[in-house]
Amino acid sequence: MKNFFITFFSILFFSQASFALVKIDITRGNLEPLPTAVSKFYIEDPSKFSEELKKLNLEKKISETISNNLKRSGLFYIIDPKSYIQSPNIAHVKPTFQDWALIKAQIMVSGKLVIDEQKRLRVEFRLWDVVGGKEIEGLALFATPQSWRRIAHIISDKIYERMTGESGYFDTRIIYVAESGPKDQRVKKLAIMDQDGSNNKYLTLGNELVLTPRFSPTAQMITYMSYFKNLPRVYLLNIETGLQEVVGDFPGMTFAPRFSPDGKKIIMSFAKDGNSDIYTMDLSSRVVEQLTTHPSIDTSPSYSSDGKYITFNSDRSGSQQIYVMRSDGSNVNRISFGEGLYGTPVWSPRGDLIAFTKIFKGNFYIGVMRSDGSGERLLTQNFYQEAPSWSPNGRVLIFYREKKSGKSGTGGESSLWSIDLTGYNERKINTPTDASDPAWSGLLSK
Amino acid sequence: MLTKSLKNAFLVIALGIFISACSTTAQKKTDDADVYTGTDTVKFLATGVADRVFFGTNSSRLTTAAKATLDKQADYIKSSKISVVIEGHADERGTREYNLALGERRANTVSDYLMTKGIAKTSIKVISYGKERPVNTDSSALAWSQNRRSVTVKSN
Repeated sequence: MKNFFITFFSILFFSQASFALVKIDITRGNLEPLPTAVSKFYIEDPSKFSEELKKLNLEKKISETISNNLKRSGLFYIIDPKSYIQSPNIAHVKPTFQDWALIKAQIMVSGKLVIDEQKRLRVEFRLWDVVGGKEIEGLALFATPQSWRRIAHIISDKIYERMTGESGYFDTRIIYVAESGPKDQRVKKLAIMDQDGSNNKYLTLGNELVLTPRFSPTAQMITYMSYFKNLPRVYLLNIETGLQEVVGDFPGMTFAPRFSPDGKKIIMSFAKDGNSDIYTMDLSSRVVEQLTTHPSIDTSPSYSSDGKYITFNSDRSGSQQIYVMRSDGSNVNRISFGEGLYGTPVWSPRGDLIAFTKIFKGNFYIGVMRSDGSGERLLTQNFYQEAPSWSPNGRVLIFYREKKSGKSGTGGESSLWSIDLTGYNERKINTPTDASDPAWSGLLSK
Repeated sequence: MLTKSLKNAFLVIALGIFISACSTTAQKKTDDADVYTGTDTVKFLATGVADRVFFGTNSSRLTTAAKATLDKQADYIKSSKISVVIEGHADERGTREYNLALGERRANTVSDYLMTKGIAKTSIKVISYGKERPVNTDSSALAWSQNRRSVTVKSN
């Protein structure tokens, strides 16, 4: 767990206020990705780089990481670096825009690496509007050389933000359940990685079944469900210290936990005598509050981003459907009325939409609807997929899929996928093992 | 002549089937339509005492066959003075969290039934595994019906 969190010493902006001629509209799908050149970053004074540092190959790795981030967003098309004419240092200091226009680049990213007296890595980046012929963004970051990846993610966010007008989601992490073994004896471990799949780490050993981890929006904490000592309960895990604790003192199964948007409460289901209801527990006062009292299954609760409402699924109508209520448990309203079953509602961080899983005629769909139930839109269909989680900017959903399996436990592979809110840009997220139950963190450098 | 009376008899039977089919569809759609009725995967607590009962999709209703199995379990638990854990399970065709709740509801339906047959609450524990521990890993309607189950396990 050590070195897991990187300290940034300072962030210095020297951006000039100027308008770009090129801009990306991300509210529509099916758009042409923006032709983008990402020049290799250059080392200003190689003599300051130790042999060890040189081996990190940062000038290549940083630009590659930025390129991969931008490419995966589906909004940028990265022009093959082999066609770049200018050397990285000229591109960064005084680019000749005609050379970049020639290869049809509309924007260009350049950068410089310096090791300062305190042995810190200083990364300077510039974003150039090739069409308008000017610099539109610039940033310098200091960090330990080992944390170069986060610098690349922060730069990627800056580019995304400048070109779309919305905050990015690259400097984030994914918590998920790593799976191995046959389906009837699946071993499950908590795992955490950067949003691009790098820095994968396991947080539990797999001795007990663990499910549905979710990040705290405010602290380095996650909440999840564990069958520790064969008692299925909701737990808290501090990912910096590795300390775990059970949430509350419930005489039965607690499950489906999430944090409130202020990070002060856990909302979850508690099952007692065959009836699952929704409860909250205040993490500092430990006060427990019961929010639903219906003799049906009420589970998968998720707060609205302002904390005023809660969405959840219930089978009180006779089938699994989505409901919205006030955060005190009053004014319960059903919002899903389409054909089929609806589950795992999760409120967008932007506040406008609820993402869900829909089960209809033997297929599973990930979709979104407005919080009053109108405007239902299905984004993707599969044999089995569920549990969407939003990127912090509310533009991308991550979820998991499971393939069909055979009698002998073969097949049944589970994997993580992401899709844009537009329904485009569906992508598999590579993980070292099978994976399920993904949840997206907030921006780390917020 | 013979063929004619046979034909008539057939017609009467067919009508009878049609009418009974109507009467069930006119009611609320039955939960028991896809309950597993076979004996594969079934284990025994004692001779003649099956350890598990099966459920319909998204249902925790006990069928007549399930109640008959639980009657035998109740007699056995009483006579041998054991404690049991009721494990509730769901098939893989639901969302994970809902399935945890559904498994818990199934296990409690069984526990409640055993209590009406005179088993003390203190000698029954319930646990739900949702869809996490299938007995048949195949992705087929048969496997799913075998996985929608509650299993009674001796705990002492």
